[in-house]
Amino acid sequence: MAGEIGHFSLIWVLVAAAIGAVLPQIGAVKGDTRLMQLADRTAYVQFLMALAAFAALTYAFLVSDFSVSNVAANSHTLKPLLYKISGVWGNHEGSLLLWVLILTLFATLVSWRGAKLPLRFRARVLSVQSLLVFGFVSFILLTSNPFLRFDPAPFEGNGLNPLLQDPGLAFHPPMLYLGYVGLSVSFSFAIAALLEGEVTPLWARWVRPWTLLAWVFLTGGIALGSWWAYYELGWGGWWFWDPVENASFMPWLAATALLHSAIVVEKRDALKSWTVLLAIIAFSFSLLGTFLVRSGILTSVHAFAVDPERGVFILAFLAIVIGGSMALYAWRAPKMVPSGLFGIVSRESALVVNNIFLSTFAAVVLIGTLYPLFVEASGAGQITVGPPFFEYAAAVLMSPLVVALGIGPLLAWKRGKLPKAMQIVLPALVVALIAGLALVWSQSGGVVMTAFGLGLAVWLLTAVFAEIASRIKLWQSPGNAFGRLRKITRAQWGMSIAHAGLAVIILGVTVSEAFTDEQLLVMAPGDSTMVAGHTFTFDGVAPVAGPNYSAVRGFFTVAEGDDFVTTLLPEDRVYSNPVMNTTEAAIYPLFTGDLYAVIGEAAGGNRWSVRLYFKPMISALWAGALMMMIGGLLSLSDRRLRLGLPTGRKKIAVKESV
Amino acid sequence: MINRFIPLIIVLGLFALFLARMNSGENPKELDSVLIGRAAPQFELASLQGGNPPLTTADLKIGKPVLVNFFASWCVPCRAEHESLMVLAGQYRVPIYGIAYKDSPDRSRAFLTELGNPFSKTGIDQNGRVAIDWGVTGVPETFLVDGDGIVRYRHWGPIVGDGLRKRLVPELEKLR
Repeated sequence: MAGEIGHFSLIWVLVAAAIGAVLPQIGAVKGDTRLMQLADRTAYVQFLMALAAFAALTYAFLVSDFSVSNVAANSHTLKPLLYKISGVWGNHEGSLLLWVLILTLFATLVSWRGAKLPLRFRARVLSVQSLLVFGFVSFILLTSNPFLRFDPAPFEGNGLNPLLQDPGLAFHPPMLYLGYVGLSVSFSFAIAALLEGEVTPLWARWVRPWTLLAWVFLTGGIALGSWWAYYELGWGGWWFWDPVENASFMPWLAATALLHSAIVVEKRDALKSWTVLLAIIAFSFSLLGTFLVRSGILTSVHAFAVDPERGVFILAFLAIVIGGSMALYAWRAPKMVPSGLFGIVSRESALVVNNIFLSTFAAVVLIGTLYPLFVEASGAGQITVGPPFFEYAAAVLMSPLVVALGIGPLLAWKRGKLPKAMQIVLPALVVALIAGLALVWSQSGGVVMTAFGLGLAVWLLTAVFAEIASRIKLWQSPGNAFGRLRKITRAQWGMSIAHAGLAVIILGVTVSEAFTDEQLLVMAPGDSTMVAGHTFTFDGVAPVAGPNYSAVRGFFTVAEGDDFVTTLLPEDRVYSNPVMNTTEAAIYPLFTGDLYAVIGEAAGGNRWSVRLYFKPMISALWAGALMMMIGGLLSLSDRRLRLGLPTGRKKIAVKESV
Repeated sequence: MINRFIPLIIVLGLFALFLARMNSGENPKELDSVLIGRAAPQFELASLQGGNPPLTTADLKIGKPVLVNFFASWCVPCRAEHESLMVLAGQYRVPIYGIAYKDSPDRSRAFLTELGNPFSKTGIDQNGRVAIDWGVTGVPETFLVDGDGIVRYRHWGPIVGDGLRKRLVPELEKLR
């Protein structure tokens, strides 16, 4: 019964989305208030019906209703409760349903928090959002319906891929989707602005919090994914430049650029058409990710079951959404005339620099990801683009960005005061820096790059503190500094913390890459070995039985000198449904870094192949990502930025001059 | 102002690329074999049927095209493609050499007894060394070798569906 309710609700979402996509848009053109008001109501209906559909599927998973084919294919009665729930979105059909649910949720939020938006604009935003919902729901109903029945129902399900049976991964997709789909709001705002033919500072003020919200989730989703890779895949890596990782990284880069360029629109009424384009690009990257995962044109560890029919459908949908919005952009962009000006040395310019580097990086990642397709299409054989390419690009493009990032927040709005000579040499300096970096990177690995990375991290951290210090006049009048500290707005704290988070990530990447101590060896019980000053003693193995797996558990005692530190219990699991082998690394975080142990195959004679690592400061990666998220949330909680609460420009201008 | 059309042009170009790749029918997981156009690697494998002469590289140079099929009794897709191998051996009269990959001889023999034996000769590659030389990425994999011992075509994965009629047989006919 639940299956039919879900199916039926989903059809209702489709109907409501069709109405919500068409009528309010007509209303906006004709100035018909009643039609425009339909946008809000249809948004609520879509959300409630999508929620019902999602609840129905979740229920089917919870009670293991194997007559629903999606449940039979992806669940199992013996699976722990958490994974029965996460199994709902751990497959192609269910994940699309989650996507739709979040899409309608955001539309509802826009309708709810955006009550103060002009009706015509809101109607346009919501109708674009409805159009997206319509596209996705037709995709689900036509090619990927999770509610299809099996008759007769099997007695037992196939189970969920064991790699996905992990708490980190239970929450990774929803987080990521909140980010991907959150960018749809920025997209809808951009399309509405193009339709209206104007982008105002007020528009940027509405768009920024939504982008920020999406960005926070996207940051969290990516961080969770890399954390999962680190402890689950069992070889100590955390980022692989896999096409689908790149697909999540590109929208992140675009969203980061968008966050910053929207500031310029808001403050200076410039960069308008660029910002609109970025909003479209950011969401297009999200859609591209969905396409790459499901079309099967690239290999990836993340690929869902491939079905050409689905691929063609998504491609057609993408062509309409992305192609259509780019065409709209080409038509309307000339209307976006900037009114504000700013000097070469100014905060605005720094933000432009930020945008240039971030979008170039996104473009490079795009090219690297799709390059194998180009080569194959041209008949020149098969190639893969590996980490060295992306790491090189990251080093070359992100280093100057980090340098600029240190200076940017110190510059005044509109017209900053670097010495005049500096103004002239600055572009030259940037070019020289890039050229020099490219050379250094290609000529040396190791120590130079490590020193360089550390230098960047320290530079950025120092600059963040210097910025706060100058804001509170710590050196000029230390007496009142504390009082001024309390006056720093949450948005400013948010910026500083997020920027410091980036510094922490750079620190983590540099130190963990350079100083990881790694041992691959075969050990017999009683053997011990030294890893980065810690003695790992192998005490043997024991069999373990889990709810839906059996495992071999290794026992390692770790000591530093004579002091006992911890016991590490890595496992080598064999899941029963489906049969699959996974490694569960044992990780013990110390302040200075992680102790990491993996148990591998039996090597005969009661000996086992093991991998032992000491990964210094690796936690800084996720701590830095967390700082970025906290920074984003702090900014969001700032009164001035609160969702859909546009305040007049004058009031803000007064606040800034304080 | 031509700039504003650039994003549209890039997007359209990408879509054309995606469409072309999706319709190419190629599996991105399938890697091109580097052996194509080269002599088959040297090997000598003990026969699965005890007492028979070993399977060696010399068996490949018999003046007419032959197939080399890597299989294993534990491999489910091998079971699926077995019928195609029987058709190839019976209907198309092409000699097929089987190489039992990382499998116990008893089980390999049982596998062939159960499903029928399409192989004119079968070698045992218990540690998988020969498979490494051939660049086998997984079982089943089938190589088409011409009369001079040069590898002409590699069929990746099981020969199922229209893979036999549309892919393998045309390659075979080209050599005949």
